[in-house]
Amino acid sequence: MTSSSEVMVKVEGLRKSYGNVEAVRGVSLEVDRGQVVVVIGPSGCGKSTFLRCINLLEKPSAGTLQVGDRLVDFGATHSMPRGRDLARFRARIGMVFQQFDLFPHMTALQNVMSGPVIVKKMPKPEAETVARDLLAKVGLAAFTERFPRNLSGGQQQRVAIARAMAMAPEIMLFDEVTSALDPELVGEVLDVMKQLATDGTTMIVVTHEMAFARDVADQVLVMDAGQVVEQGRAEEVLLRPQNPRTASFLSRFHSTIGERKA
Amino acid sequence: MILAVVYKWDFGLVLSYTHLWAKGLGVTLAYSVGTIAGGMIIGVICGLLLLVRSRWVTLPVHYYVEIFRCTPLLVQIVWFYYALPIVLQVELPDWFAAGLGLTLYMGAFATEIFRGGIISIDKGQWQASRALGMTGGELMRHIILPQATKRMIPPFVNQSIIQLKNTSLLYVVAIPDLMYTGSIIVSDTFRPLEVYTSVAIAYFIILYPLTLWAARLEARVDQ
Ligand SMILES: Nc1ncnc2c1ncn2[C@@H]1O[C@H](COP(=O)(O)OP(=O)(O)O)[C@@H](O)[C@H]1O
Ligand SMILES: [Mg+2]
Repeated sequence: MTSSSEVMVKVEGLRKSYGNVEAVRGVSLEVDRGQVVVVIGPSGCGKSTFLRCINLLEKPSAGTLQVGDRLVDFGATHSMPRGRDLARFRARIGMVFQQFDLFPHMTALQNVMSGPVIVKKMPKPEAETVARDLLAKVGLAAFTERFPRNLSGGQQQRVAIARAMAMAPEIMLFDEVTSALDPELVGEVLDVMKQLATDGTTMIVVTHEMAFARDVADQVLVMDAGQVVEQGRAEEVLLRPQNPRTASFLSRFHSTIGERKA
Repeated sequence: MILAVVYKWDFGLVLSYTHLWAKGLGVTLAYSVGTIAGGMIIGVICGLLLLVRSRWVTLPVHYYVEIFRCTPLLVQIVWFYYALPIVLQVELPDWFAAGLGLTLYMGAFATEIFRGGIISIDKGQWQASRALGMTGGELMRHIILPQATKRMIPPFVNQSIIQLKNTSLLYVVAIPDLMYTGSIIVSDTFRPLEVYTSVAIAYFIILYPLTLWAARLEARVDQ
């Protein structure tokens, strides 16, 4: 992290409450262009909520959020964008979900074209070129005409990644994207994500795949009960955690972190 | 028992009223199509209103739906035919006043069908569309409605079948549909057995193919 690097996402003091439950309790994070941030923590600690606040799928209760040159302040001023403005804000952020959420009435190709065509009003032939390139990149060049129901979970998730990438987002958010997959399909999705990281995609990744975190993350954020309990370079946080809660959480994964790459 | 033995069926006489039968059938079909179409438009509008996040909008729609679902259709038809003109202090054309109750009744059920179709779509579809940057209108038009309409069609066809049968209640306000036409022919021929049997058969011939079609639609949507 050099001081000259460009900040893509800057979150400060972000909070989100659901009624009496405060799911995110003051999280701050800075992500530089091309950086991969991995967020880990026990189930229910607020990882998804944090991620969903970044593209405003949830409305934060307090804090500030900057994506690219767009700053949103959730303080007293309440400058939450609305309508078309909100849609435009989200269009610059790609997000991939645990359950893929592909559009079942569209083929793989149409799914990937949907963002450029519907949101950006890109002419169809142009969008098709973009979509075919992306599907080839995620290893699905031969599956463009398949409907989601005729694809495996791993293939569906790769289409979902291509669909998000088709908007040429400034940053990609991944929320436990391999958690719903059969174990033998996890690798193909992680490989695609590694490739994106190598290509310089800025990403925030919520995952329980510690080997992925070790290999790909520039920065690791450890959350517990809505707060960041540890934050820093991947090797340091994963191998030499300072916080006892991080240590106890990581102890469950020790075999994976220690394992050498074949 | 003696009657059953000596009774001589005579459909010939009854069916000779071809012109009347044809008119009755036309009226039944016209009220079916008209009130179903009207109800459908009401259903789409009210169904969309139910998605608005304001109780001032959704509450009146809820009351409308519940009032029409929880009162007998016969009462609605009679009320709109005889009572509404008094309330409004205007003369409504008979054919129009007669169809009002039926239309609003269909509208109430169509609203429920429309709403049910929309909310049956997985919330992941909404969040994936929003995450791509779609506006509410874009995601409705391109993502939600194409999936939801497919699910709305079978219940809608079923409700339309019921609606066609329900038009026979127009009998009470003297609209010359199949049923009322039947009663006129009875008073002319004194042949209620043949006449009402013919009426029943006519409804059956129209509706049986429709129910088969509805069943096929349902099977196709399920796969
Ligand atoms: N829509 C919601 N309504 C109410 N509570 C919620 C909602 N979403 C999440 N929560 C609560 O917020 C906390 C954090 O949830 P989540 O962000 O999903 O955690 P994680 O992704 O780390 O498992 C949990 O206690 C959860 O029950
Ligand atoms: Mg989660």
